[in-house]
Amino acid sequence: MTFSALAGTPLAGTGALARLAFRRDRIMLPAWVYVITAAIASNSYSLNKLYPTAAARAELAASGGHNPALVFLYGRMWGDSLGAVSAWRYGVWAAIFASLMSIFLVIRHTRADEEAGRLELVGSAAVGRLAALTAALLVAAAANVLLTVLLILVLVLVGLPVAGSVAFALVITTCGLAFAAIAALAAQLAAGARAARGIALGVLGAAYLLRAVGDASGESGVSWLTWLSPLGWTEMARPYTEDRWWVLVLPLALTAAATAAAYVLAVIRDHGAGLLPDRPGRATASAWLRGPFGLAWRLQRGTLYGWMAGFAFTFAASGAAAKGIGSLLGGSTQLRNAFARLGGQTAITNAYLAAIMSLAGLAAAAYATSAVLRLRTEETDGQAETLLATATSRTRWGLSHIAIAVLGTAVLLAVAGLAAGLGYGLRTGSAGPEVAKLLGAAMVQLPASLAVAGAAVVLFGLAPRASVAGAWTVVGVMVLIALFGQVLRLSQWVLDVSPFTHVPKLPGVAVTVHTTGAPLLWLGLAALALAVTGLAGLRRRDIG
Amino acid sequence: MTNAIEVRALRKSFGRTQALDGLDLDVRSGEVHAFLGPNGAGKTTTIRILLGLLRKNGGEASLLGGDPWRDATTLHTRLAYVPGDVTLWPGLTGGEIIDLLGRLRGSRSAVDPKRRDALIERFALDPAKKARAYSKGNRQKVALIAALASDAELLILDEPTAGLDPLMEAVFRECVDDERQRGRTVLLSSHILAEAEALADRVTIIRDGRTAETGTLAEMRHLTRTTVDAELARPAVLDGLPGVHAVEVNGTHLRCEVDHTALNDVLTRLTAAGVVALTCRPPTLEELFLRHYSAERTGPGARP
Repeated sequence: MTFSALAGTPLAGTGALARLAFRRDRIMLPAWVYVITAAIASNSYSLNKLYPTAAARAELAASGGHNPALVFLYGRMWGDSLGAVSAWRYGVWAAIFASLMSIFLVIRHTRADEEAGRLELVGSAAVGRLAALTAALLVAAAANVLLTVLLILVLVLVGLPVAGSVAFALVITTCGLAFAAIAALAAQLAAGARAARGIALGVLGAAYLLRAVGDASGESGVSWLTWLSPLGWTEMARPYTEDRWWVLVLPLALTAAATAAAYVLAVIRDHGAGLLPDRPGRATASAWLRGPFGLAWRLQRGTLYGWMAGFAFTFAASGAAAKGIGSLLGGSTQLRNAFARLGGQTAITNAYLAAIMSLAGLAAAAYATSAVLRLRTEETDGQAETLLATATSRTRWGLSHIAIAVLGTAVLLAVAGLAAGLGYGLRTGSAGPEVAKLLGAAMVQLPASLAVAGAAVVLFGLAPRASVAGAWTVVGVMVLIALFGQVLRLSQWVLDVSPFTHVPKLPGVAVTVHTTGAPLLWLGLAALALAVTGLAGLRRRDIG
Repeated sequence: MTNAIEVRALRKSFGRTQALDGLDLDVRSGEVHAFLGPNGAGKTTTIRILLGLLRKNGGEASLLGGDPWRDATTLHTRLAYVPGDVTLWPGLTGGEIIDLLGRLRGSRSAVDPKRRDALIERFALDPAKKARAYSKGNRQKVALIAALASDAELLILDEPTAGLDPLMEAVFRECVDDERQRGRTVLLSSHILAEAEALADRVTIIRDGRTAETGTLAEMRHLTRTTVDAELARPAVLDGLPGVHAVEVNGTHLRCEVDHTALNDVLTRLTAAGVVALTCRPPTLEELFLRHYSAERTGPGARP
């Protein structure tokens, strides 16, 4: 079928729009596909190294497969072959990432373009009213097909059975496809891109919770809940053990149904309008919305609440998993060593908790970076021009969002410490002391997380055009150093580049001025110096 | 009379592109000044330098007696700005944004709630709607209301009617007229000439980052030609008269363009031939404008 045959129909111009979408996403799309493929490949490979023998894997399956917190996080384990362990450990999460890729892709090329007025521009050309929706779905489908092919390839190369690898790849990508269709539907329902993204991500979150609760409740409980979740289907297909191909019908049927619903709604709704109306807001500003700080809070609070919920959930579950972590790792000296390296100590529970807190610090650094980069978004979108034409100075404007980044990061780390402390403490029966201990362990990450955000401020002030890519590269490098630095035997000065190398590995090490006070002070000063440099740059440069 | 804005030989380049190349602009206090030029002539760049958003590469610029870069924050308490491409915060309502911008300008330019509500009514804006749901015209209205409701001495409006329908454009013109009555200074950048013609006391036309012409419309017309259209009793001969251009004779019908210095001589010849009907039309701003720009397109000395 050629697209020129579609001229004059509601699908006219689909080909041109799809090509435009590929062109606009020529970096993002390969990056998503690459990251998901690389993560699966490297993790399957390292699982093979960590649990080389059937006996070691059987021990892992016996402990990990019955640790409710891990089952809650990752899903049920159906076998102890290398493939089955890989599918257990990474299946649900890979499906989540494929779904995120699909959601962002579809909303970006439908609702976001409509909101920005770009679709109006192309819509007035010889482009049918269903063309954008179709093009977005085609691009998402292409991305998922590419991901399927690459996943099968790398899984087979790692040495896993072909049939199981095909099943494993397909459970991940059919879930991605289903969420592409759900996003397409959300794009018709909502009155804006943000709301549409919110609906689709909400469905993804609900899918995760349904399967988590269903899985963790055990056979006697509400285990059928897993069957209600597209993410649950990824486990229910049991790749590498039974390869239940018929389960793949479920995501494909959901894709078809959601796509059909999206098309029906796209035909009946007006351009620019959604079926769920935008709620009217206040006709006058409240006393809170008074200056740049009130505005920054108003703009960023929703995102912060989302991060807080994510942190509470993740770290409560990770904390709860700490009990029994010793027996889980029992079969693998290498994994014990890995945790000991990341956590910086040998007592395995403390090492695990310290490692979890390190991850909290890294995630909080990512939040802080995104909060700082809001400044750049405001600048490129044009709101900064309006704001800076008022009596708001550049410094105050910059500080307003930096303040949100600092407070938000502190709050997130506190949430991580509290949640992990409660999760672990309630299972061991000593919630009070564990909460206090882990709260401290989380809060010592703050200066390091803020130092990473400081790099974003410097880039924004001195090299605004490179700031978004640059700041995320910094975050990526910190994550790589923290997770793989010692495994890759990087030299000490490379490790020392990351502020997280200098954070005391709490809980477990003695808290002294030398181990804790001095590094925290230096990291705090570094963060401050970076922020001051960035703001000085902002005062000197052109805006826009 | 003092000047609210004084710009001399202003230069600004972006990389290799020279956006402003010696621009002059004087806006007197209390006047409505139209700042005209096609897209890309440098209007917005000039305004952004005046707002302290961009740093000039050379020349002088003063705004309300201060340095637009160094004194930006204090100067901004005395002015209100409407950008050409209004972007608002999608999650805030129009009413919230109007109030917020008023508060951000500081107490000296605070929004008077009565004026605010009256303007919302006049522009028929729904202030409870989220900004993401507004059309371009409605976004423009939000920024205009926020600026007009303020007590600022100087209004800087960058193509303020670009998204407005004709009805709202008329409301806008009334509002600018009101502001003139209240003694406020308005810098109105535009490429809509009818708007400038209807509103402006003085006009500056810029081309390629330089001032092409500046003055009152009367002064500028003075420098250019009047179109004369006459029905005569007998054919008249204008040959040999200096300052007469584009003569078209069709029997007893004559049409030509006349420099103002030659008007008297032309009329003498026409009355000598016996005038049956006569229209003399001063050049419209559009003709002035086109003269500058088509000269540019077709090379120096070419006629429109």
